[in-house]
Amino acid sequence: MKGTDEPLEKLSRRRWIKAAGMVGLCALTGGSRLARAAPERLRIGLTPVFLDDQVSFLERWRLWFERRLGQPVSFVQRGNYREVVDLVRQGKIDFAWVCGYPYVRYRREMRLVAVPLWRGKPLYQSYLIVPADDRRSKSLLDLRGEVFAYSDPDSNSGYLYPQYVLAQAGENAASFFSRSFYTWGHRKVVEAVSVGLAAGGAVDGYVWEVLNETAPELTRGTRVMARSPLLGHPPFVARQDMPQAGYEHFRRALMGMASDAEGASLLGSLRLEGFTDASPGLYDGIARMVSRVSRA
Amino acid sequence: MIDDLSLRWKIPLRVMAAVLGTALAVTVAMIARERNELRQSLTSHAMSLGRVMANTLVAPVLHDDLWRAFEILQSGRETSPAAPELQAEVMLVVDRQARVFAASRPRDFPVGLDLARRKDAYGLLPEQMKGIEAREQRVFEPEHSPLFFVISPLVADAVPLGYVVLGYSKAAFGPRFVNLVMNSAVVTLLVLLVILPISWYFARKTGEPLLALSEAMRQVPGELGTARLPELPSSRDEIGQLGDAFRRMVGELREKQELEEQMIASQRLAAVGRLSAGIAHEINNPLGGMLTAITTYRRHGNGDPLALETFSLLERGLDQIRNTVAALLVETKAKDRAFAPTDIDDLLILVDAEASARAVTLSVGGRLESPLPLPATLLRQIVLNLLLNAVAAADHGGKVRIGMEAKDDMLRLSVCNDGAHIPDEQMAHLFEPFASGREKGHGLGLWVVYQIVKQLNGGLTVDSEPGNTTFRIEIPYGQA
Repeated sequence: MKGTDEPLEKLSRRRWIKAAGMVGLCALTGGSRLARAAPERLRIGLTPVFLDDQVSFLERWRLWFERRLGQPVSFVQRGNYREVVDLVRQGKIDFAWVCGYPYVRYRREMRLVAVPLWRGKPLYQSYLIVPADDRRSKSLLDLRGEVFAYSDPDSNSGYLYPQYVLAQAGENAASFFSRSFYTWGHRKVVEAVSVGLAAGGAVDGYVWEVLNETAPELTRGTRVMARSPLLGHPPFVARQDMPQAGYEHFRRALMGMASDAEGASLLGSLRLEGFTDASPGLYDGIARMVSRVSRA
Repeated sequence: MIDDLSLRWKIPLRVMAAVLGTALAVTVAMIARERNELRQSLTSHAMSLGRVMANTLVAPVLHDDLWRAFEILQSGRETSPAAPELQAEVMLVVDRQARVFAASRPRDFPVGLDLARRKDAYGLLPEQMKGIEAREQRVFEPEHSPLFFVISPLVADAVPLGYVVLGYSKAAFGPRFVNLVMNSAVVTLLVLLVILPISWYFARKTGEPLLALSEAMRQVPGELGTARLPELPSSRDEIGQLGDAFRRMVGELREKQELEEQMIASQRLAAVGRLSAGIAHEINNPLGGMLTAITTYRRHGNGDPLALETFSLLERGLDQIRNTVAALLVETKAKDRAFAPTDIDDLLILVDAEASARAVTLSVGGRLESPLPLPATLLRQIVLNLLLNAVAAADHGGKVRIGMEAKDDMLRLSVCNDGAHIPDEQMAHLFEPFASGREKGHGLGLWVVYQIVKQLNGGLTVDSEPGNTTFRIEIPYGQA
């Protein structure tokens, strides 16, 4: 008797999962009255890039998502990249706007949805900035023994790229600077460098450029000392087990964002032209840097 | 200069000076107190901010989170723009070796800077940090420095991690202090605006009685008659007493002045009397001889008609001289009958014709009960003269009244009329011979009255005002 018990248990569990999946499918197609009464809430994770503190903008965007998707939407914000990335990996949120670096590291645990178009391309750069009164420094190697500001240890532009530059030069990143710290946001790297707290910092080039337009008093105190090669722009990703229908629904919404007035206005605030399909190959450059840094 | 200033200005000015001095003193005291409080509130604000910062900064320092520590320092800088002096000039987080962990002004205090190397006031901070207890805070005010510091220890689980230093500028205190002074000045000015006019008014009022007194004194003795005594203070205080004393003094001065004038008048009359008596005697002697010569010629002359006519002319002229001289020489006759009540009736009858002619009403007040031991002829002459004068002075259809009373060995007679009053300049020479302003009469009536009254040791007064002129005579009797 004992021998037959085990397979039975396994079987019943598999069936249960199947049933749950069907309910989810019904909910997405709108076939169930029960599901329509309490539509599933979509959870979208946002990383503290620069829009982190733009509460009114985020509320407009959330309402736009709700109208477009026909279901309630929550934005999930956390103090750093890792927490958001972990939530995606654990399947606790449905979609997230993450950096290319964590995507490359955990690409097996998440699916690419779309990538923003900035200046016509799905690409951006990492900027290495110094205080505006530092006219001397030309490369990161000139900042030896100084204080350096990173934005986030899981940021490509704000951490991986300077690490890569140091590794390429054969420097030990841990001892190259006298002191380094994280600001947990690109905008704050600009602030830290601008007030002179740090002698240099690594920042998302897209964020710097948008700030240069919307808050020039911030960027005025900084000078872009060096730029990385063009790299894949931070993409929207979905949890690995996101049902295909929901995935497609959300992807279409992002792709069509530029074609409706409110969506276009929101994109205008983000200084983006729209979203486009992304292929994992877009992030090969980042992947190469990851492997170079991890070897160092 | 100030001493010579009139009390009209001196009293108000001194009161103003006292008020202004008080206001100034109160304002300065208020400002000093406020300044102290301001300083204390600033210090206590800095200390409580230091405590909050020290508590908040423990985690970032423990976790080596430089940016978080910096953000906390930045948030500490956001103070109310209404109180800029509460704005810390600089905020530092330093480790136990006084090396900068984070600073609100990273350019001036870069991360890792050793404070002991600073040459300015900050260089003194490491010394101050030594020995600060875990729960203690220290206020450090370096000499010759525009700054003062509040040092609060960063303590985690009784282990000191470092210190939070808040540096405040003493100069930032300035604008708030100026503001304070301005506010106090405005309030003081407003209060003064209300108090000064009131004080001025009362000060003027205090000085007024003194000024009135001094004004009245200035008129004495020159303008004794016109001195404005009613305006003198009548209160019961010292000034009121002064006023009373002054009033009494002026009264006495006036009496004295009148007495002197009377004395001069009577001395003059006496001199005139002696002179006229002497002249009368000198005239009477030859006069008598001349009249006797004329009588002798009539009786024994040759009856030349021209001579007789001439002598008649001479005799009439000499008679007139004798009458005039006789009138000047009033002499108490040695033997005379007593003055009886019927004499008054006789006199009234005598005057009645004259009174009727001018339609003047005569009235009598009082009466005499019995004859008085006074020479009847002389008294009759006095009363007749006065009555005739009164009737002549009364207006047409006016009134003349005679009053009399004999009591306590004193005969009091009064005669009044309602005619035009006697002008002052005439009053001075009223009793002198030929002083009359009238064309009628020889001008000796009152002179004779005066001479008789004097000879009878009596007194005579005249009161004359428009519509009422009264002659009063007092003659003693009985002692003789």
